[in-house]
Amino acid sequence: MTPQVTLAGVGKTFPAGRVTPALHALGPLDLALRQGEFFAVVGPSGCGKSTLLEIIAGLARPTTGTASFEGQPIVDEAPDGIGVVFQEDASLPWLDVAGNVAFGLRRSGLPQAERDRRVRDVLKLVGLADFANTYPAQLSGGMRQRVCIARTLVMQPRLILLDEPFGALDQQTRLLMGDELLRMWRETRATVFLITHALDEATMLADRIGVMSARPGRLIDVVETGWPRERDSRIVEDPGFGVITARLWKSLREESLKTIGRTMPRGDGDA
Amino acid sequence: MKRLVVYRIAVVAGLIALLEVLCLAGVIDKITMQAPHLIARDLWRLLASGKMNGAIAKTLGNTLLALLFAVGAGVIAGALLHRRRALRDTLDPLFATYYAVPVFAFYPFFIVVFGLGDLPQILIAFMLGVVAMIVNTLNGLDRVPTVLLKTARILRLGPVDTALSVTLPSAGPYLLTGVKLAVAYAFIGIIGSEFILSRGGIGYEINFAYTNFDNATMYPLIVLILLASIAINTVLSRWERTLLARRGAR
Repeated sequence: MTPQVTLAGVGKTFPAGRVTPALHALGPLDLALRQGEFFAVVGPSGCGKSTLLEIIAGLARPTTGTASFEGQPIVDEAPDGIGVVFQEDASLPWLDVAGNVAFGLRRSGLPQAERDRRVRDVLKLVGLADFANTYPAQLSGGMRQRVCIARTLVMQPRLILLDEPFGALDQQTRLLMGDELLRMWRETRATVFLITHALDEATMLADRIGVMSARPGRLIDVVETGWPRERDSRIVEDPGFGVITARLWKSLREESLKTIGRTMPRGDGDA
Repeated sequence: MKRLVVYRIAVVAGLIALLEVLCLAGVIDKITMQAPHLIARDLWRLLASGKMNGAIAKTLGNTLLALLFAVGAGVIAGALLHRRRALRDTLDPLFATYYAVPVFAFYPFFIVVFGLGDLPQILIAFMLGVVAMIVNTLNGLDRVPTVLLKTARILRLGPVDTALSVTLPSAGPYLLTGVKLAVAYAFIGIIGSEFILSRGGIGYEINFAYTNFDNATMYPLIVLILLASIAINTVLSRWERTLLARRGAR
């Protein structure tokens, strides 16, 4: 089967600004995403994970190499069939939950009845059926993120990109959201590309995990978890869970140290 | 909250009652001011007679025109400046000091250039309001979260659709602040210039009544302007509160 997403020699260098030097943020990096798989990416902070996601989403243009989705090159425009859930709250505060979800169908050209039906179905899928007429401001952070997930799912994307979507949530909520994400992944049959900084989250959710180096980010390891498609957060009890998480940390530890070593003397830890 | 509203009304009512007492007791003599209840009666008579309809229509019409131009031009100029960083950096200090300039000082010049008609009055009101609108548009656009614009790109919205369905609603509350200021400035501009030199309008009528010791016309007209301005502001504030409440501010 041909891969759904192919990255070949993709790299990104941000040009020098007036006060900042040029920054080699990413790559070169090769990656092939299989149709329908759950792929997670872990890496030290500042390694270009988000840039990688933006390149696949057509939001950023690689300075070297090529990216393609379903055989078509991705150039300066979000390809049809890709949905993105960002780390930041991207709900539209002036629309209620149903309006937010329906917003994803603005350009779909579907008849109103079909839109309403899809919105209802998706709200049920993400567990927000009772909140259709609630405004985002009245929801918790986790529920707002679910609104954004629903808005993405309603477009029925074939590839869903998630950029640390649960980063701002507490640990328990994150585990439960992970369970829901697995369920949605199974039901929609879409490919999922998840960026996370939590190693256990990557191990628990993904079929394959890509480990990135410190900046400029390259893929230094790809780990197959071998989990069954039917799974949930209880997989953490599996003896393999610890083994895989340990392997991820082994690959990452040195890279993370590099990141810290590089930024410590200047005193800002979140470069 | 409810109790605060009651207190607020009590303060205003108390001040009116105080004026009433002072007028009736003769502390304030009749030539200076009439008792509030007489002002209310005169206002009613003035409105019922229809004498002032022309002046009211002229003032409100010109204010509305100036407001529409100020809001329209302000939003467009703000949106353009937002995309031109260098130009914006150049103009920012000018905006900051703009309201230190007494626009009314230019009135004679405007009359020379544009004649004695409504145009110089509308122009002054426009000039007063437009910069408030520009500044608040810029402020609102600055606060549109980047992630919403990224979302628009992922949803493949065109530039016009993005502006109308994401950027404008997101900046909405800030634009409304600009509109509120522009309303106040438009009123000040129109009525102020009607005072100085004009052949009609509420400002002119107030000035005319003043020079003729016609308190029965002057005070009711002042009250009329107050009521109009308060009414418009209340409607806009209500709308603003609904928008903000929906977004969780308060």
